[in-house]
Amino acid sequence: MSLVNLHQVHKYYGDLHVLKGIDLDIKAGEVVSIIGKSGSGKSTLLRCINGLEEYQQGGITVDGNEVTTEDIQVRRLALSVGMIFQNFNLFPHMTVGENIMLAPTIVLKKSKAEAEEIARAMLLKVGLEEKFDSYPEKLSGGQQQRVAIARALAMSPKVLLCDEITSALDPELVGEVLKVLEQLAKEGMTLVLVTHEMNFARDVGSKVVFMHQGKVWEEGDSKTLLSDPQTDELKQFIGAVL
Amino acid sequence: MIQFSNYDIISNLLFATQWTILLSLAAFIGGTSVALLLTAMRLTRNPAMQTVVRIYVELFQGTPLLMQMFLCFFGLSMLGYEISAWSAAILSLTCFTSAFLVEIWRGCIDTLPKGQWEACRCLGLSFLQTLRHIILPQAIRVATAPTVGFSVQVIKGTALASVIGFVELTKVGTMLNNATFEPFKVFTLVALIYFALCYPLSLYSKHLEKKFNVSR
Amino acid sequence: MLYFSDLLQYSDTFLSGLRTTVELTVLTTILGVALGTTCAAIRQYGNTVSQRVVASYVELIRNTPFIVQLFFIFFGLPAIGMKLSPWEASIIALTINLGAYSTEIIRAGLGSISKGQVEAAKVLGLTFRQTLFRIIFIPAFEKIYPALVSQCIIVMLGSAVISQISVADLTYAANLVQSRNFRAFESYLVTALLYLGLSIILRFVLDAIGKRLFAYRAIK
Ligand SMILES: Nc1ncnc2c1ncn2[C@@H]1O[C@H](COP(=O)(O)OP(=O)(O)OP(=O)(O)O)[C@@H](O)[C@H]1O
Ligand SMILES: [Mg+2]
Repeated sequence: MSLVNLHQVHKYYGDLHVLKGIDLDIKAGEVVSIIGKSGSGKSTLLRCINGLEEYQQGGITVDGNEVTTEDIQVRRLALSVGMIFQNFNLFPHMTVGENIMLAPTIVLKKSKAEAEEIARAMLLKVGLEEKFDSYPEKLSGGQQQRVAIARALAMSPKVLLCDEITSALDPELVGEVLKVLEQLAKEGMTLVLVTHEMNFARDVGSKVVFMHQGKVWEEGDSKTLLSDPQTDELKQFIGAVL
Repeated sequence: MIQFSNYDIISNLLFATQWTILLSLAAFIGGTSVALLLTAMRLTRNPAMQTVVRIYVELFQGTPLLMQMFLCFFGLSMLGYEISAWSAAILSLTCFTSAFLVEIWRGCIDTLPKGQWEACRCLGLSFLQTLRHIILPQAIRVATAPTVGFSVQVIKGTALASVIGFVELTKVGTMLNNATFEPFKVFTLVALIYFALCYPLSLYSKHLEKKFNVSR
Repeated sequence: MLYFSDLLQYSDTFLSGLRTTVELTVLTTILGVALGTTCAAIRQYGNTVSQRVVASYVELIRNTPFIVQLFFIFFGLPAIGMKLSPWEASIIALTINLGAYSTEIIRAGLGSISKGQVEAAKVLGLTFRQTLFRIIFIPAFEKIYPALVSQCIIVMLGSAVISQISVADLTYAANLVQSRNFRAFESYLVTALLYLGLSIILRFVLDAIGKRLFAYRAIK
């Protein structure tokens, strides 16, 4: 059964036609890598899936529920869709533990003790259990991004959206974040990632979506698509990236 | 004619300073309360409310404080609302203070990255929860220094209450000047007292600003 | 009930007050910003003593009310032998006031120009004067121009106080009219709106000047 479904989604910024009829189907447990040139609409696509941006035509469902930008809808959506940002967006005035416990306590109404238990478990998962009481600014970029992942996981989402989550990191820190993602993929988490890490897309991903000029230009199994691209645009793109 | 010794002058001025301080406090408290309300109105993102706030700010930042005081004092009593100089001064200083504070605070809230709002949305926090747990705690830290800095403008603003006859430091200064014919001495003392009130606040505001910039 | 029509016969009074306020504003804006620029340059590049002097001047003015500064200049200075007309006293007080605030603002601009910029100019063979104007002053002013404009407007509005030493400005006109026809509310309301118009126009004019001044931006 499909977990995330997009049907003929069109999105405009004013006169700018950014998404031109996107069809996409993502099943539970899939790891989908979205690749494409800058400005091709990758971020916009992700932001439509979790209701941060509104779209003008077509339909998006997550777990069977229609996605809109209405406040209540977004909040319900937040329960099944987690999001990780390029620049972490941790709350700087809260400790790592508080960052993770915030949403479980005030959105899911869990008790402090319960939330703390979850927070510690999630930190363990991303390998940062000793940072519970640190402030984000004291952590490296890679550690901050792992905290952000733990924060999203604490809401036990069904799908995790990641928008270039390693792009703001120093090269030597990229690996630790990718390792966490790989682990999540193994555990069966559904991941949708915008990424420039082709190796990761090929080795860990199950499916690759190549976007070009606001359209899904080519999509398919990650290994075949990347080794045997059909369109000139994708060939060119792969040539430029590798 | 009564003779005024230096001691008399100074003790009279210091007595009047109490009223300047009291008026400043009242105006500052009134001003922050109204500014909080206006900030809340602005944050609702309701276009009508936002327009109201914009007009309010434009009106009170775009006209002289002195004129606002005249309107409150002479104007309102002319319209049949009897109002004391004290109340008129508080009322107009409250409007003046809040109009500036709401703009200062807006700047502080706007410096917070958009990503903070988005992260909250993605975690399912409601608008009010986002404000309460994420935006306000951070905005308050940024806003403290400029707010303390603005309190200096409030103290200086209270000097205009002398024009509508409220007896505070400046008013007593002019009265003493008329009685002693020693304007140089009297106004030097008046200025020094204001300086003694304001300068520590200015320094404190600068200190807070530095502290904040370091901690970032 | 409001009777604005009663004000019509005093339109000449208002107009002449308006004129005085405008003249004073134009004059003191120019003088004040010039004073501020000079002081900011001293504060940034001068020797220790001159820096101290400027700093004290700035702090003294910024931490005392304008009305007290005005009274000190108008009533206080004659007592030690400097006789001033109300008009002269107002111009001096407003200039000194704007000068102090603009010193702080402009200095922040100067401080934002990095050493690297100046060194790059030297390497390229620009003269000292060329460096000062093209590399330091113009970019520095561009950064702080909005703050400077706001300060000029604040000082213009603050000038309402000079009516208290009987300079016949706009506020003086309002007082005069209301003492004649006892229509305080209408008179002050109209005057407040005139000031509002003035501040909007002043912002518009200064913004336009800024656009021309920093026109090189548009070239790219
Ligand atoms: N808030 C916005 N307002 C107007 N236009 C926007 C906005 N956000 C994005 N765009 C435009 O929409 C198009 C797609 O942007 P998007 O951020 O989705 O691209 P992207 O594929 O994520 O690129 P990148 O790899 O640079 O992140 C771009 O042309 C961009 O300029
Ligand atoms: Mg993007």
